[in-house]
Formats: sequence, structure tokens, C-alpha cells
Amino acid sequence: MQFESIEAFLAMGGYATYVWLSWGFTLLVLIAVTVASIQKTKQIHKEVRESLTREKRINQAKEADLL
Amino acid sequence: MWKWLHPWAKAEKAYQLCGRLSPWFGIICLGLLVTGSVWGLLFAPPDYQQGESVRIIYIHVPASILSMGAYAAMTIAAFIALVWQIKMSELYIIAVAPIGIGFTLIALLTGAAWGKPMWGTWWVWDARLTSELILLFIYIGILALYNAFEDKNTAGKAVSIFTLVGSINLPIIHYSVVWWNTLHQGATVSKMGKPSMEMSMYWPLLMNIIGFGFLLAYLGCVRMQNQILLREKHRPWVKKMVMEGDNHAV
Repeated sequence: MQFESIEAFLAMGGYATYVWLSWGFTLLVLIAVTVASIQKTKQIHKEVRESLTREKRINQAKEADLL
Repeated sequence: MWKWLHPWAKAEKAYQLCGRLSPWFGIICLGLLVTGSVWGLLFAPPDYQQGESVRIIYIHVPASILSMGAYAAMTIAAFIALVWQIKMSELYIIAVAPIGIGFTLIALLTGAAWGKPMWGTWWVWDARLTSELILLFIYIGILALYNAFEDKNTAGKAVSIFTLVGSINLPIIHYSVVWWNTLHQGATVSKMGKPSMEMSMYWPLLMNIIGFGFLLAYLGCVRMQNQILLREKHRPWVKKMVMEGDNHAV
């Protein structure tokens, strides 16, 4: 361990602004891209599912009409 | 070999391959990035000249290398798409471009935050910084071009050509510190043979570089699956898969 205390770790030898700005921004970007990618998957699955139920409903209505 | 490779050019097979690989890539990525970051932030020594500000290196260098790595992967995909007319390759370019934008943004911002205390300025128009900024614009251009076409087959072809042309920027970025006088220092890690840094700093850096690589692979798989679904969502195999997916959580 290079730091004596949590305060010293957070202070980063006087470079706190630059070091934590960099690490914070990096974390933000990486999480944002990951979450957006996974959300998109879920959204597409939902869309396909909805279009399938719609299709089924239309087919059922058509059959009912024929009878 | 071609017989073995060819089925992966089919949408359904490519989708399944991505699905099988992505969890492994994700786990390896997380393990490497957490270990490398904790090591770099807490246990690696401060630099004798730069003090603690050197801890920016553990994200700046991996993000910069992989911002070019992502483009290199896209260039290979573009070549395959154009030569062998493989649609999956075009989708891969579009899947990876946003990841490249993320990595390039990180490289530029952490570079600025490191340049301010070390060089006394956030930004200079020197060769390395400018060529990396151009890389960002090329990434954005690729996405804009793809979205400009209504017909996605034409879009894919245009994007492949544009990606291939844009790859000229990669050697420019890499050799910019050699060809021009610049504030930016030369290569630290990629030198052949012994790296010009302490081993105690080299190992966490290497872990984060490989970690970023696996992140690219993981996100590439997830986003590739998204692109395949978007393109194929009216095909029977997608409908069947989504219906079966309802039984167990997606």
C-alpha cells in the first residue's frame, strides 16, 4: 500500500483534481456504454415480442371473421 | 478452413457465437480491470518526477491503445465485408464504432487532465493529440454515414469503404511521436523487448490494457447481437428465439 491514510489516498499528492477527474470520467463512459448496450438488447427483444403478439391478435381476429 | 469458417457468416450462427463468447469476455474483463485498477491506484509506486499524477497512466494508455485497436478491428471487418461480401462484417463495424468513440473520448480527456499538471496546458495542437481527435471525428463520421442511408445494404457498403480509407489515420497516430516534434512522450510499452518503465508499474498497466481489450470484445459481442437482431427481426429464427426466451429470463 502506497498511502498512509484514506485522506492521503484521496489527495493523490496534490493531483486529486486531475487523477479523480480522469478515473471518474472513465468509469462513467464505460458504465454508460455497457448499460446502453444491454438496455438495447432488452428493448429489441421487447419490440419483437410485441410485434408477435400483435400478429397473433390479427390472425385470431381474421379467423373469427371467417367463422 | 473455409468450410469451417463459412457458417459463421450466417446471422443465426454469428448470433449464437457472440452469445456463447460474451459472458467469458465479460468475466475476464471485469477481473482484469478491477485487479489492474486497484493495483495501479493503491499499490503501484508514484513516479519520481510526476508524483501521484502518474496514476492516470493506468487508464490513459489502455484507452488510447484500444481506441486504435477498435478501429483496427473495424478495418479488418471492412476489408472482409468488401472482398467477400459478408454482411455480418458490415454489422460488426457499426457495432464497434460507438465503443471506439467511448475509448477515444477517455483517451482525450484523461490526456488533457494529465497534460494540465505536467505540460501546463489542457490541449496543444500537436501531432499526437490532433490525430487522435481526427480518429474521434472518423468514428462519428462512420455512424453518421451509416444512418444517412435508408437502405442498409448500401449503408453497409459505404461504411466499409469509409472505414478502410480512414484506417490511414492509424499509422499516423502511432508514428506521430516519431515523425514530428511533439510534447507527447514516445511509446512506453510497445517498444520491442524490455519496457522502459518499472515492473511494479508495468504489470498493472498491462492488466488494464488487456482488460480494456476484453471489454472491447465483450461489448463488441453484445452490440453485434443487437445489430443482428435489428437487421433480422422479421426472420423466423429471431421470432422463435424470442418466444423461447420468454420461458427463461433474457
